[in-house]
Amino acid sequence: MRPGRERFILIGVTLMTGLVPAQAETIQVVIDKLVFSPAEINAKVGDTIEWVNKDVLAHTATARDGWDVPIAANKSASVVLKNAGAVDYYCRFHPNMKGRIVVEPR
Amino acid sequence: MLIRFSAAIAAMCLLSGAAFAQAASKPTDPQIAHIAYTAGVLDITAAKQAISKSKSKDVVAFANDMVRDHEAVNKQALDLVKKLNVAPEDNDTSKSLSKAAAEKQVELAKLSGAAYDKAYVANEVAYHKTVNGALESTLIPSATNPELKSLLQTGLKIFQGHQQHAEHVASMLK
Repeated sequence: MRPGRERFILIGVTLMTGLVPAQAETIQVVIDKLVFSPAEINAKVGDTIEWVNKDVLAHTATARDGWDVPIAANKSASVVLKNAGAVDYYCRFHPNMKGRIVVEPR
Repeated sequence: MLIRFSAAIAAMCLLSGAAFAQAASKPTDPQIAHIAYTAGVLDITAAKQAISKSKSKDVVAFANDMVRDHEAVNKQALDLVKKLNVAPEDNDTSKSLSKAAAEKQVELAKLSGAAYDKAYVANEVAYHKTVNGALESTLIPSATNPELKSLLQTGLKIFQGHQQHAEHVASMLK
């Protein structure tokens, strides 16, 4: 193998690994005994938030100004973040359940 | 010295007397289980009346939420008493809760339309407030079984949520 080609491959690998953190991620928020945890998370536009409901009760993740995600008892549900900015959300059935997502531009 | 000692004994007697009086009125775990379960059943009955009477989408949705949540919590409560081999025991608190709820149902049955919706939701706010107060001040502190205590603590969070939900529905009806 010629040295030049080897270097080319090396650059290619570096680029690829460098790209991994920039890909959209799925961030899990667990609901247990009427608590979103973590209650506050940081994410980027394009990331998916997945709520894992461990309660025997149905909940929602409802943005004060935006999405409204129903989450059945013992099920998961998700939303893809489309806009940058801080989002405060709550459960419509139990408004004492609150969470916050800080969405940064990609 | 003697006076101080007597005063201390008198204070101790007063304290233990108060503690005893409190212990006598303290509900037992089987009674607590009965009160919590009854409170849920009564709210389900009220919600079913609302589902059949109300024409408001928001009120019916709220009532459906109450049926779903209270049935889920009561199922957990039944599973727990079965596991602990505890027979829920009827008591004066359960009886007075049931009596008050039955009277309220008769009163609400006479209303219709917006007047009914307002009265039902206002009563839901008041009812959850009363139950939450009892959970916080008496039922949770009196419960001795840790699993029962934990279920009551989760129940309190759920019913506090219901109270806020009811307050929100009430504000929409105005």
